[in-house]
Amino acid sequence: MKAFTYQRPTSPAEAAAAVMKVPGARFIGGGTNLLDLMKLEIETPAHLVDVNGIGMDKIEPTRDGGLRVGALVRNADLAADMRVRRDYGVLSRALVAGASAQLRNKATTAGNLLQRTRCAYFYDPYQPCNKRVPGSGCSAIGGYTRSHAIVGQSEACIATHPSDMAVAMQLLDVSIETVRPDGSARVIPIADFYRLPGNTPHIENNLAPGELITAVTLPKPLGGKHFYHKVRDRASYAFALISVAAVVQPDGSGRVALGGVAHRPWRVAAADQAMAQGAQAVTAQLLAGARTTEDNAFKVPLVQRTLASVMAEARKA
Amino acid sequence: MDDPSDINQTRRGIMIGGALSVTAAAMPGVGAAQTAGPGITPAPAAVTPAPVTHKVALRVNGQRVEANVDTRTTLLDLLREHLHLTGTKKGCDQGQCGACTVMLDGRRVNSCLSLAVMHEGAEVTTIEGLGTPDKMHPMQAAFVKHDGYQCGYCTPGQICSAVAVLDEIRKGQPSHVTADITQRPLLSVDELRERMSGNICRCGAYSNIIDAITEVGGKA
Repeated sequence: MKAFTYQRPTSPAEAAAAVMKVPGARFIGGGTNLLDLMKLEIETPAHLVDVNGIGMDKIEPTRDGGLRVGALVRNADLAADMRVRRDYGVLSRALVAGASAQLRNKATTAGNLLQRTRCAYFYDPYQPCNKRVPGSGCSAIGGYTRSHAIVGQSEACIATHPSDMAVAMQLLDVSIETVRPDGSARVIPIADFYRLPGNTPHIENNLAPGELITAVTLPKPLGGKHFYHKVRDRASYAFALISVAAVVQPDGSGRVALGGVAHRPWRVAAADQAMAQGAQAVTAQLLAGARTTEDNAFKVPLVQRTLASVMAEARKA
Repeated sequence: MDDPSDINQTRRGIMIGGALSVTAAAMPGVGAAQTAGPGITPAPAAVTPAPVTHKVALRVNGQRVEANVDTRTTLLDLLREHLHLTGTKKGCDQGQCGACTVMLDGRRVNSCLSLAVMHEGAEVTTIEGLGTPDKMHPMQAAFVKHDGYQCGYCTPGQICSAVAVLDEIRKGQPSHVTADITQRPLLSVDELRERMSGNICRCGAYSNIIDAITEVGGKA
């Protein structure tokens, strides 16, 4: 690990300003992803600004019937909150489907949103990777691509976003609250938060330099039945090959989002419109224009079958 | 065919060379004087910079601990290398195996994925703080009774995790296998297996580990 200096600010605005002061500075929350990457020297921050201990750790009701989740609320606490379990079941389900209990006790809401990809080539410092070293090339293209993206990928990057929580949040249309280094706040709808890789796969979201996530707001509950079906190589503690997040209403309408298929949680408006027409129609909309390899072509039928199982479960009394 | 003694000599040679180069690097003034001619700025000497240190004070197994550590020190390395509490094990050092599991402010975490300096004022409990050979924690006794280990390397992490699992079920926290997440979870084998999935046992003592936790959970 490269040496770094360390600082504990006393407020979110001070934290955002502190990160801008030192070149190469980073925020650290739970650290479960950042420290892992620092040990491999994939992340080499010169300075860490520890955002623990500056509040942002509460779950509070909002005026319009939603919930405001502080950036530092731990994944375990968000999953266990009875309001989340009752009204946002898809989010609680997605959270407990991710990582291990030890990691969920540390990992934060904001940190989970900002997880880096688990692409094996990104994790291997001896291989070119446009996400790790912009312009160096993509080792995954033409490599072993079983876990890689099938939609939205570019000639520069075919990595997937690893989060389960973010898939549920994309489905719920959450808003991301931030504070910028000048102290000003803004709200980013999650639909505008993540980026596709394009020619700049190292830029994964639309946060400005030094911008700090302070909270995530869940809109008022959608009702309906909530599902998060994650398909992986082990029964527990593994990243998704694909996952399906869905809310299904009694009349068969609803919304759907996918994990494990793209550089960001994947949602298509036309797929939501097709929900009442069944899994095949919805999959056709979600994965229109999919580009698969021999290694990951299985993801297309896997999405359709997982969606069919979700819909069958939704129809049960 | 290589003579093994040649290999040994080679390795010895490398070690001596390595030791000498370290010595040279530790005397930058000497190195610079030899290489820099008149009017030429000496190249920066290849000296390992002094580590960046930071103070941290916390409680470990009920005792106050103060340390001035390299900021890179993980909580795991603080426990093992500075406090010599070697019960907590380093397995993968990347949060995948659970051997380093300790209780941090009453919750289980991977101590390898946590910086020591981030735990000012924290309360840490390691396997040494759970029980002693003379006065074992009920979970330790149950692991012994049910043979919940083979080589024993993952055992301290398994036991810390197991104690936390029962606490998490008692508090009603849902898991991936909880059928109805709005209800209290059951103390079932499926729940225990899912909740223990962050602790890997290469020997495969899983069924005995589940037996041990089930026994302690049943008594609780």
